[in-house]
Amino acid sequence: MSTVTDLVQWGLRGASLPRRRALALRLGVVLAFLALWSLASGLVVLLGLFNPIFLAGPWLVLGKVWELALSGELWGHLGATLERVAVGFTTGALLALALGLPAGQWRAVRNLLEPIVEILRPIPPLAMLPLFIVWAGIGETSKVAFITYATFFPMFLSTVHAVQQVDPLLLRAAASLGARRPQLFFRVVLPAALPEILTGIRLGVALSFFVIVISEFIGAEQGLGYLINDGRNFFLVPQMLGAAIVLGLLGYAGNALVVRLGRHWLRWERP
Amino acid sequence: MSARVQLEGLHKTFGVDGHAAPALSDVSLEVHAGELLCLLGPSGCGKSTLLNIVAGFLPPTRGRVLVDGAPVTGPGPERGVVFQEYVLFPWLTVAQNVEFGPRLQGAPAERCRAIAARYLHMVGLSEHAAKFPVQLSGGMKQRVAIARALANSPSIVLMDEPFGALDAQTREVLQEELSRIQRVEHKTIIFVTHSIREAVYLADRVVVLNRAPGRIKEIFTIKLPEARDRFAPEFTRYESEITRLVKEEVARVHE
Repeated sequence: MSTVTDLVQWGLRGASLPRRRALALRLGVVLAFLALWSLASGLVVLLGLFNPIFLAGPWLVLGKVWELALSGELWGHLGATLERVAVGFTTGALLALALGLPAGQWRAVRNLLEPIVEILRPIPPLAMLPLFIVWAGIGETSKVAFITYATFFPMFLSTVHAVQQVDPLLLRAAASLGARRPQLFFRVVLPAALPEILTGIRLGVALSFFVIVISEFIGAEQGLGYLINDGRNFFLVPQMLGAAIVLGLLGYAGNALVVRLGRHWLRWERP
Repeated sequence: MSARVQLEGLHKTFGVDGHAAPALSDVSLEVHAGELLCLLGPSGCGKSTLLNIVAGFLPPTRGRVLVDGAPVTGPGPERGVVFQEYVLFPWLTVAQNVEFGPRLQGAPAERCRAIAARYLHMVGLSEHAAKFPVQLSGGMKQRVAIARALANSPSIVLMDEPFGALDAQTREVLQEELSRIQRVEHKTIIFVTHSIREAVYLADRVVVLNRAPGRIKEIFTIKLPEARDRFAPEFTRYESEITRLVKEEVARVHE
């Protein structure tokens, strides 16, 4: 629970508490945080520390989200972001599987792909964003392609690793039960690699929300990232914070969805 | 349905850090159809290597293995394997593990279910059919592995220290079950063990291997009734006779 990858992937997690108590504790902490935030913004107004426009209170922010939701404006932005993430991430995941599974299985494929991946991987994906815009324009294509690009690497690497790590004894057992090559792959390698592949997919989901915002800062007319940038241009702090909160909720939901799927597919892992 | 296995002049040498380490040296042996043959020897005598060659997991450096006259070139469903580490498919339920072989062969689902039910009953695990391996104890896992191997109706079963990881009580219970199953199934079984008691309890013949490189030292034919009594004087006599031989071997290595 200490590496950055773990934190990105799992968040900070303490020891698990009984369900009820955990829920109550979380709710309490959230409320306390909101109270603290209210207090801070109230003090700014009362003491005249600085222009209160910089630190809008939580009720102002939530009110803004509510207002955007009622006017229907929020849904357009939310839909745009979600669509980009869905298309970009899915493409990234499919590419990662399409290349990662064979690369894990066959050394020749691995040797072919490894140099390219190792050259591109250390470049922070954000450094490539302007290039995507130059190549594909500021429309949807560059944003979707950028998410695909950024999410591909962690998912590809975890897929390759997952396939390579499959216990050779499982393959022996299956072979001596009569499994031939394609059966070995589909009935043994794939299910045995699934847990680690899903870990990579969670990382990909988290990363796609991470990078979409930035690509929406640059030349977008819709999307939550646009909403934040628009808020910056016109000094609408509640809108900036509101959009950020919605993004946070989306990321949380995306992770929860993968976790839930994983729980179903990997129910055999739990004693 | 059981087959004859012939080992002809098997040699196996492993390359270790550029040195050639001989593991098996000129092992020739015929395993009769329907016989339970124990390969016995101290650790490092190459008995597992021998089994892996018969299973088709490793190629011999020289020599060959024939199953009913046909040379072995790789793993195959006619040679079922039971591993010391169980090696169940953790993502499949107990019943699905047992059905794995018949399903690969494309048997209809109903027939697969019937086969699984039959063999799970045989190893006394009918009630656990829907569980996943992670929910089972070591002894139960190994029963599933035995059921899985038998459900594929192999003509030969290769068992690599299958009870080695189990506690003493479970071990004896499973030996008794295997002996009971063998009285019904009459498979050709090659059973690797380093336990002399286990070998005398189960085997029709016990092959004692020398250490490094492994070669056959002596073959004992165990002339005891099929249902064996571990406390019978004849049993003890075989046990001490083989013990003496193995001790000699261990002492020789330490000289």
